[in-house]
Amino acid sequence: MTVTATSFTGVGVSPGVGAGPVRAMAAAPPEPPPGERHDGDATAALAAASSALETVGADLDARSERAAQKGRAEASEVLAAQAMMARDPSLSELAAAKIGEGLSPARAVFEAFGTFRDLLASAGAYLAGRVADLDDIRDRVIAVLSGRPMPGVPDADVPFVLVARDLAPADTALIDPAKVAAFVTAEGGPTSHTAILARTMGVPAVVAAPAALDLPDGTPVLVDGTTGEVTVEPSEEAVRTARQAGDALAAAVSGARGPGATADGKLVPLLANIGGPADVESALAHGAEGVGLFRTEFLFLDAATAPTLEAQQAVYREVLSAFGDKRVVVRTLDAGADKPLAFLPAGDEPNPALGERALRMMRHHPDMLDTQLRALAAASSGLPVDLWVMAPMVADGDDAGFFMDAARAAGLTGKAGVMIEIPAAALRARDFAQAVDFFSIGTNDLAQYAFAADRQIGALSRFQDPWQPAMLDLIASAATAANTAGTSCGVCGEAAADPALACVLVGLGVTSLSMSAPALPLVRAVLAAHTYSQCVRAAEAARRATSASGAREMARAALPGLRAVGM
Amino acid sequence: MAERQVKVTTDVGLHARPAAVFVQSAAQSSEDVTLAKFDPAAESQNRVNAKSILAVLGLDVRNGDEVIIASEDAEAVDRLAALVTEETS
Repeated sequence: MTVTATSFTGVGVSPGVGAGPVRAMAAAPPEPPPGERHDGDATAALAAASSALETVGADLDARSERAAQKGRAEASEVLAAQAMMARDPSLSELAAAKIGEGLSPARAVFEAFGTFRDLLASAGAYLAGRVADLDDIRDRVIAVLSGRPMPGVPDADVPFVLVARDLAPADTALIDPAKVAAFVTAEGGPTSHTAILARTMGVPAVVAAPAALDLPDGTPVLVDGTTGEVTVEPSEEAVRTARQAGDALAAAVSGARGPGATADGKLVPLLANIGGPADVESALAHGAEGVGLFRTEFLFLDAATAPTLEAQQAVYREVLSAFGDKRVVVRTLDAGADKPLAFLPAGDEPNPALGERALRMMRHHPDMLDTQLRALAAASSGLPVDLWVMAPMVADGDDAGFFMDAARAAGLTGKAGVMIEIPAAALRARDFAQAVDFFSIGTNDLAQYAFAADRQIGALSRFQDPWQPAMLDLIASAATAANTAGTSCGVCGEAAADPALACVLVGLGVTSLSMSAPALPLVRAVLAAHTYSQCVRAAEAARRATSASGAREMARAALPGLRAVGM
Repeated sequence: MAERQVKVTTDVGLHARPAAVFVQSAAQSSEDVTLAKFDPAAESQNRVNAKSILAVLGLDVRNGDEVIIASEDAEAVDRLAALVTEETS
């Protein structure tokens, strides 16, 4: 992250621009210390507690009323019920009794809420949601009593930029999308709840921007959810320009329809990365032409025993039947090391990322791989779907051969291929391009191995930049090998979700792009704004650069359509 | 003292919206109103303040449970009994 006097940059995770005053989401106040006592004036203490409960009740009532006026009946009802809890006579009686015993108003209220919290929690799962409500009301009352800002999502009459450390599902349930111009969080990444929520709501969002926490409430900011830039106290001119750009982008995105293609008609299938049946709806809603990466780990990671062929078949069929005759690329189990399985003894490896993970693990447990492949064959039986299967962590022709044999032995008749995510495989992809039906480049792991930089270590994040020229060279090597052999070569890392980079990848010879579903419309729009030869020139320009930022600039200069869509 | 024992027929018992409506209705009475979930095994029923949403929720009254509503305000007792039995009167 970079900080200048007037702007800072986080990670843009939901495209678009938003401007408005900062409203910080305050953290919950700390628990009042056990045994904390009032100053001896019980009458004043009682009045303070009653007033705080009433303040919170009135605030919740007002919010309920506003929600009702906007037709948000469900939210209005939840808020009205919370207001009743704040004004509950049994609660205030209990708090009063505790103040009578000498406890401070905050401690008395805290303990009174605790009594009812226990009561509701013991009544079982039916009331679990009410327990969370009660905690939220308690925190609000204690915030009032201790002179702190109210925790939770702020309520305001003008659209504001919500700033928070991170957002949890409970925080966001009552957010009115019309009132939030943008989200900025200190923590989180592209797959954090904030990012997913923002994309679902269509609100611009920037995550991983800790400087945002230093902004006082009310500071006007301009948030660019595409570039990740947050401008503090922007000029009117800057806001207007950004809004125009945002409108142009929105228009381009909504105007982009049909199969992914360059302006001159070269088809580039745009596919979705999914982790299970739950992601299918979003993929289809964003116009995915199929699935480019179906991660199957979820079936295995929480399981106490290996899932049976029948159990796997049922889940695969649910996904495969949703995509008609479209392509669905399934990655076989990518586990081990940092994703250990309960039912397989883990080796003691000093460098797990370099250990016996993924396909390497399956070479020790061929039965498990065979079961998965047979479950996939059975799941696709009788369906029109175009099922492709691929192995993760293939290093060379020997690994590739092992997997191709396993796929054929399991009776899979569709395409079988390998992921290119180890630099050795990218460099010598030509050695086994003929032996497989397709390549799929996983840019995240490829970067980790090419730069010897652990993906999980934030301080090394500059090496996770797919614009690094070394990455472009490795991708070019694999794509060229595939093109020469007449096979296809997709990219299924998040690199494909960067619209400019997507054009460069196509220019490098990549034949399909797979990404998280919300990124699809923007990539489709930007790709449609450029010819194939412009993509090739952008790729050549980017590879002449000597740094990631240089590659980005060179490509940008060669892609005039980016400006046309307001990027 | 008016008292009625009735079987709760609302789908969600006395939770969510029915609980809120019940408590709001009880609060309209100027007299004390109590609610108990009938427990045939108990020597005395656990009567709570019917104007307290938290106490009412805490009883965890489900569809099919019998409840006892009591108050000096007979009209309120009838009104509340009608709510939990979904009588239209």
